[in-house]
Amino acid sequence: MGWFTKTTEPREQAALPDLWHVCPACQAHVFKDEWEAALKVCPKCGHHDRLSARERIGLLVDPGSFREFGTEILPSDPLAFSDAKGPYAAKAAAAVKKLGTSESVVVGSGNVEGVRIVLAVMDFRFLGGSLSTGCGEKIALAIQHAIDFNRAFVMVSASGGARMHEGILSLMQMAKTCAALQRLEKAGLPYISILTDPTTGGVSASYALLGDVNLAEPGTLIGFAGRRVIETTIKQKLPDDFQTAEYQLEHGFVDAIVPRKELKARLAQLLAFRMK
Amino acid sequence: MDFDFEKPLQPLRDKIDALVAKSRRGDPTAEAALAGLRKQLAKESASLYARLTPWETVQVARHPGRPTARQYAEKMCDEFVELHGDRVCADDPAILGGLARIGKTRFLLLGHQKGTTTEERIACRFGMANPDGYRKADRLMKLAEKWGLPVVTLVDTAGAYPGLEAEARGQGEAIGRSLLVMAGLKTPILSIVTGEGGSGGALGIALGDRVLMLQFAVYSVISPEGCASILWRDGAKAPEAAAALRITAKDLLRLGVVDGIVPEPEGAAHANPDRAIALVRKAILDNLADMMANAPVGDRLVEERFRKFSAMGKFDPKKAVKA
Repeated sequence: MGWFTKTTEPREQAALPDLWHVCPACQAHVFKDEWEAALKVCPKCGHHDRLSARERIGLLVDPGSFREFGTEILPSDPLAFSDAKGPYAAKAAAAVKKLGTSESVVVGSGNVEGVRIVLAVMDFRFLGGSLSTGCGEKIALAIQHAIDFNRAFVMVSASGGARMHEGILSLMQMAKTCAALQRLEKAGLPYISILTDPTTGGVSASYALLGDVNLAEPGTLIGFAGRRVIETTIKQKLPDDFQTAEYQLEHGFVDAIVPRKELKARLAQLLAFRMK
Repeated sequence: MDFDFEKPLQPLRDKIDALVAKSRRGDPTAEAALAGLRKQLAKESASLYARLTPWETVQVARHPGRPTARQYAEKMCDEFVELHGDRVCADDPAILGGLARIGKTRFLLLGHQKGTTTEERIACRFGMANPDGYRKADRLMKLAEKWGLPVVTLVDTAGAYPGLEAEARGQGEAIGRSLLVMAGLKTPILSIVTGEGGSGGALGIALGDRVLMLQFAVYSVISPEGCASILWRDGAKAPEAAAALRITAKDLLRLGVVDGIVPEPEGAAHANPDRAIALVRKAILDNLADMMANAPVGDRLVEERFRKFSAMGKFDPKKAVKA
């Protein structure tokens, strides 16, 4: 092996001080401050890292305007579910404690450049952003709030799908949220759906793709079935860009791909057509 | 023998077979003994089926001998006019649809079609629908609304098809849209889970004003195998997952997700498909008659459907996990 083909051993994480962020997509080392100032978008390759619900809300609504509600809705354990890793109730309680959100979604009202909206933002860190009874309740509550106060509804999805631990009742949240959306539609209020990485499974098969306008961040994984399941079923390799936001744009399922730093302005631009 | 759990019945079945052979050879004593043994077999079979584990119930729900949607359409209905196509790009054979009549009752029938012959099973992807199937269902449900017909859906699928074209044509959007259409439909919807109620692919045609389940059907957010491989990291733990997920008709009735259970013939639907079809026929007639006479109409029907699904998994502070 010539010297020019030599690869360096991956350096240990400990050798890197907290000053650096390593991009999971291009492995570039970026100053953490610079990366955070760029809204967790890699300045080298443009990879959009996942945001927490609170980070996302901070990004989308005017400072100080967010009023959260529905925090009394916590996870429930209707099946007394337990798996190889122990009881679900303990796992759910730990997620609440660790993440400081009552469920996998944060809902509330806020202003987008002065326009009052109702916002529901999913948090992927909360059990994979899974749709549970509590999550479905909070989303339905948010939609009802939008109807009651004559406001636009903005949904930011980030989810692996329905939460298995609450079984069939999680599946029924797909029906519940869509039934709520049907009322929003009847009220003639706008529904803007923002798809962030990842938006898959039951969430993709209920409210996420039903927006009057569907926006997605670059590179977002959007799809119903998982890549591995599909590859096993059809016994062929899938294209690299399969189920990306770009793929969905090409196939007609999202209206636009909007980089994170332009998202709020685009949202305000859209809302102005109906809410001003 | 269809299932391992039927093993205890085998000696009795063998005895009956032997006696039948003897009787055919003209032995007059055989006939008398047969009646008693048959009664005993029926009793033991009933008691066996009454004690099935959730995982055994999954096996029964998936039995290829259970009636398919097409068999229900053809044997149960006095008239069935099949209608094809989603008016977008395709006709998905995995969802059967058409105008149906039983006696004086006319309705729109939709159902997942698993197929009976190998050829047909492959053609309809074993009942796993593509987006075209859900779009066909939407189109036909709107037709039913326009013509003032109630909708009956027969749910029997492992799930929506996980394929390349399915994703390219928007599987998620198609199911979501179907839920939206059903939620707003101004005509009564009766849904019956006849076999496998597999996740979003099942729910996609199951947002009914009334949802019934056959006695040995299952309805679940994920297949027990899928759940086991994710949460137990071992697909072989499917029996544990099946129990933990609460997927039997009794479980779902208790959880308030289904409104009633349609009984199956002794030894389950595959043992006597004609009888199973007759029982579903009766359930459809009884429920549609009641719904047409007593259910609200128009916006009030839609409102009531909204309330029904809103109540599922309603938050109860007393049942919240303790942080």
